[in-house]
Amino acid sequence: MLPYHNNKTILFVLVSLFYKLVLFAILYIIVTVVFSVEFFIILVSALVIIAFYTVLERKLIASIQRRRGPNVVGFWGIAQAVADGLKLVVKEVIIPIKANRALFIFAPMLTLTLAFSLFSAVPIVSYLPTNIVNSDISVFLIFALSSFGVYGIVLSGWSSNSKYAFFGALRSSAQIISYEVFFSLVILNVILLSQSASLVEVVYKQSQTLWYIIPLFPAAVIFFIAILAETNRTPFDLPEAEAEIVAGYNIEYSSILFALFFLGEYGNIFTFSYLFTIFFIGGWNVPILNFIPFGLGATVKALFIAILFVVVRANVPRYRYDQLISLGWNSLLPLSFGYFLLTVAIYYYSF
Amino acid sequence: MLIFFIYIIVIACIVVILGSLPIVLQSFSYTDSEKISAYECGFEPFGDAREVFDVHFYLVGMLFIIFDIEIVFLAPWVLSFNGSDFIFLSFLVLSLIFIIGFLFEYRLKVLDWNKLQL
Repeated sequence: MLPYHNNKTILFVLVSLFYKLVLFAILYIIVTVVFSVEFFIILVSALVIIAFYTVLERKLIASIQRRRGPNVVGFWGIAQAVADGLKLVVKEVIIPIKANRALFIFAPMLTLTLAFSLFSAVPIVSYLPTNIVNSDISVFLIFALSSFGVYGIVLSGWSSNSKYAFFGALRSSAQIISYEVFFSLVILNVILLSQSASLVEVVYKQSQTLWYIIPLFPAAVIFFIAILAETNRTPFDLPEAEAEIVAGYNIEYSSILFALFFLGEYGNIFTFSYLFTIFFIGGWNVPILNFIPFGLGATVKALFIAILFVVVRANVPRYRYDQLISLGWNSLLPLSFGYFLLTVAIYYYSF
Repeated sequence: MLIFFIYIIVIACIVVILGSLPIVLQSFSYTDSEKISAYECGFEPFGDAREVFDVHFYLVGMLFIIFDIEIVFLAPWVLSFNGSDFIFLSFLVLSLIFIIGFLFEYRLKVLDWNKLQL
């Protein structure tokens, strides 16, 4: 009686386990398919944003310098980015004879992969599943992914075995490393105020209280300087200083491999613009027009920051390298740490 | 979080496909030794590029590790700060270490590239 009974229960358990497994597998496949549609949307939108951002940059700089800019391809030169991309794809890939072939090809792919995964780690709206990573520690994920970006630069500079590329990579990595420190310090201010390391939670807290650019204005300015340096933009585009090291770490790259670097850099610009909006100017929340759908609020704000990047590029001359390092370590680091101390002290005495 | 790793793999596959487009599309032309040598301005490149370089880059890396570790220590502290005196005091001790480290770096003029005497 007992063994039979036991067998039956075991069979029952096994069958129910099997059904649960099948159910779980079906659910998992459904979730994966849904999310892969979302992957596709995010990837395509990132590519389109990057393509048209380059056109916007060229047109805006042209109008600041009182020229026309690209105006031949498409209407008012809008399709210039598509034409450039096609031309880059069709060109010949030249790999220098002394280069490490595998690393040389691997480096731009690593850069672009990291740039797109960073882009996907940033939530654009809260109510759609567009935030793939809605974990409690997504800020630390962003720290990790953004500091991984140095590897692409170092690998490309080292593997191409050219003096200009090597020194460009050294400069670029030292610069990004230096500005990483107070990039993180400034974000700690935001984490302290919102008491959460989840980006969605940060935006929610801002909609409850006020935009953090008001209490943390100096921190926001420092953060903007830091993201200018992290994305190698003017006035910190030392890796691309034409007069000293011809094109920096990507001098030996041609064709699609150069395009991958290019896409990665511009993708990073947009990602950091989104991060600025999320940390300081309220993410997807717009004060009065709350009905704006599909993260349009966040995108418009991020576009504003990205246009600020272009305006800075058109107006500010380039730093000297020792000035850049000295600015980072001797003035901005103590400033940001002092501001963090002040925030902590005020927060402590508010209890 | 698993979804995110799947996403990274998907992105990597798409990027590899993008990067291997020239295998199909690119236009081949002649190849000579000038074309596939490393870039140099005005004369032929000589020697290996992986030579000695300025020690400042090492110093920047070392300082980055020191300061970034302190920030890594601060990050969980920030999340657990609930206004109690002990936690605030521990923060003050940590920030004292940070400030001493910064003063050391500043007084040695480690990152003044023109003034450093080694």
